[in-house]
Amino acid sequence: MMFTPRVTQKIAFGVLLAASLVVLLPVGVVVFVILKNGLGAISWEFLTEMPRSGMREGGILPAIVGTFCLVTGALLFALPLGLFAAIYLSEYAGDNRLNRVIRLAIVNLAGVPSVVFGLFGLALFVNFFRFGASILSGSLTLGVMILPVIITSSREALESVPKSFREVSLSLGATRLQTIKHAVLPHALPGILTGTILGVGRAAGETAPILFTVAAFYLPKLPTSLFDQAMALPYHLYVLSTQVPNVEAKIRYGTALVLLAIVLLMNLTAIAIRSYFRSRKKW
Amino acid sequence: MKRLKEFIVEWAVKASGIVSIVLVALIFFFLLKEGIFLFKTQGAGGFLAGRNWYPISEPPGFGILPLVLGSLLVTFGAALISIPLSVASAVYIAEIAPGWLKEVLKSTIELLAAIPSVVLGFIGMMTVVPWIRSTFHVPTGLTAFAGSVVLAFMAMPTMISIAEDALHSVPRMYKEGAYALGATHWQTIRRVILPAASSGIVAAMMLGIGRVVGETMAVMMVTGNAASMPKGILYPVRTLTATIAAEMGEAVQGSDHYFALFAIGIVLFVMTFMVNMAADLFLHRRRG
Amino acid sequence: MDVKIQVQDLSVRFSGVSALKNVTMEIEANKILSVIGPANSGKTTFLKTLNRLNDLVAGVSVSGTVFLDGKDLYKDCDPVLLRRKVGIIFALPLPLPASVFENVVYGLRRQGIRDKKTLATAVEKALRDAYLWDEMKDRLGELALKLSGGQQQRLCIARTLAVNPEVILFDEPCSALDPLSTAKIEEAMLKLKERYTLVLVTNNTKQAARVGDRTAFFLMGELVEMDVTSRIFTAPLDKRTDDYISGKFG
Repeated sequence: MMFTPRVTQKIAFGVLLAASLVVLLPVGVVVFVILKNGLGAISWEFLTEMPRSGMREGGILPAIVGTFCLVTGALLFALPLGLFAAIYLSEYAGDNRLNRVIRLAIVNLAGVPSVVFGLFGLALFVNFFRFGASILSGSLTLGVMILPVIITSSREALESVPKSFREVSLSLGATRLQTIKHAVLPHALPGILTGTILGVGRAAGETAPILFTVAAFYLPKLPTSLFDQAMALPYHLYVLSTQVPNVEAKIRYGTALVLLAIVLLMNLTAIAIRSYFRSRKKW
Repeated sequence: MKRLKEFIVEWAVKASGIVSIVLVALIFFFLLKEGIFLFKTQGAGGFLAGRNWYPISEPPGFGILPLVLGSLLVTFGAALISIPLSVASAVYIAEIAPGWLKEVLKSTIELLAAIPSVVLGFIGMMTVVPWIRSTFHVPTGLTAFAGSVVLAFMAMPTMISIAEDALHSVPRMYKEGAYALGATHWQTIRRVILPAASSGIVAAMMLGIGRVVGETMAVMMVTGNAASMPKGILYPVRTLTATIAAEMGEAVQGSDHYFALFAIGIVLFVMTFMVNMAADLFLHRRRG
Repeated sequence: MDVKIQVQDLSVRFSGVSALKNVTMEIEANKILSVIGPANSGKTTFLKTLNRLNDLVAGVSVSGTVFLDGKDLYKDCDPVLLRRKVGIIFALPLPLPASVFENVVYGLRRQGIRDKKTLATAVEKALRDAYLWDEMKDRLGELALKLSGGQQQRLCIARTLAVNPEVILFDEPCSALDPLSTAKIEEAMLKLKERYTLVLVTNNTKQAARVGDRTAFFLMGELVEMDVTSRIFTAPLDKRTDDYISGKFG
């Protein structure tokens, strides 16, 4: 049976729309299921107390604090390094061989499986540098993992600043460094910020890189130094859902909700910043 | 003084750029440094093709064939689900969706990419796994198929966004040319735009699959972790990544087991490295 | 004759492709030199070698010498200091996305000048010289991109004047402007030559004739001829100049 081109087109577009909606399905399911089952677990006590009775009762404070410490550490490592690398790629390096090799390295770094970052962190930071399983080791491992995210997005942000800004600045007698600082960076800032937030969100949610570098199974106290082990939200959720029998579903869902809320809020912030600056882009 | 500052900054940023190269080299070096010791007691052939993974038995077995097959099975299933869906929605977003819907779709897909894998694994355990058990009447829903379903959704954001970029960068002239000859929008997409964007789409699919191969937590939580030769898509399997994640905690540092897990890391690193390089080649071919 | 810039046997190549061939000329102080020629004749390349903006292009190679007040630009000059002496106005008005005030003081701030009074005085002076003060004196805090095209271009002139240059290069400054705005810019230029040396690249031969004291004609990277403007336009020596001016090509 033959259809006219117009009918074929209708059918095809319908199928494509259906496929797109299927892709959205898991976001809806995840958010709905977690909100429905987890909202009841959220209370002031849940967020601010230590876990008790083998994590079957009490709160998740040390996991929240641990994740916060890890993310901050990862950011302190990856942001300056990533921003500098992006500045090099976009402002200093021409299209030379070094630039191309760096680009390939970044592509590959971005593709390394997260558990392999975990092995790397274990071998380099935990064992070779003797930092032990610690916040320092975990932060550095996560920092290495989000480095390509920060470099790539910062580079895109820098390269989207019109070439003419640089030419104008130099023509007015500014040095190269002054040009980057005053005529390029301020205009790339929203993009850099967006990329950084996305990187942070990714670091907050990752489990595999921290498995062997920092994560403590059950440690009902807050970390006091960089060399302490720590609990972390994603690992805590993993432990609760697969390693500890007879945990009330509410506690699992509550933990998942806190983790999801942190990560999605960061992403929504990034999306909001981007669309705000895109709408009032000035050139 | 000012000259000096300029000079220092130039070298600092250059050094930061080089750090990326150093890191990739360091990762490979440290995996090799630890993993190589396995091959003192075990041949590479026995490691790659051995059918028995009994790391703590006496004598131990360090054959990763069941794990490789487990990874391939899960990946194959995920690719089967994610590739058609991704291409379809990339086309829809790039070519058909009205402006507002496009924004909604893109933002939601971005959120899907952001959901931590442990959360997807958890929800997979709570929804997909019981569904598989009751639908297919199998003793456990923790199967390769569950892994494929969850991983398919993790691969899609990468696949869609890169494929959409590829579709988007097809020159307008191609499209206008086809319209001028009286083609419908759908004919134009099928006969002109898709072929023109094909190498970018292939690269997108490869990068998505690269992500699936390397994914750890979600797959560990839903595939049942049976380290035996996979019997089928509706049986429990264990992947390379899950093996490392599950066993490194108990492996004694310096033991053969510890070295074997690093050796698996080498296999994973090499696999994803090749996928990424190949995808990069495809992407650059598109740019000409 | 007071020579400001002396160009000897200047050639420029971009990745091996020749853009400028063996140009030799002298540019007089406190005069306007008009540079005319069809597209791709090397006019803009020539202009940008005078303040070393071509240095930014990958694969550029410059041979020959350019002297500014007897100093070799490519040997004895720091490009940053040179660009403070030799300012440039681009074809499109390119204000930075900042206020009118900040645009004008951009160059001064980069020299480390912070004193508010000094900056305010400099802004007023520069805007007056660019015939923009009356329009702008109450709008200094406004975003520069909100100004009209002609105002933006005069703001760019003011921004260049604020740095206190000796030479100002104009790269087809009126190509994006309406006749009225063009007239204002030309008026400003005629006034400016009392204190500065001006080089005007334009593909508008009438504009070259109106403001130029001398005129140089470029074709395919070569300087065909250069003389007093009235001579070039009435009795050119070279047939190609004649053909271009009378509109036979270009």
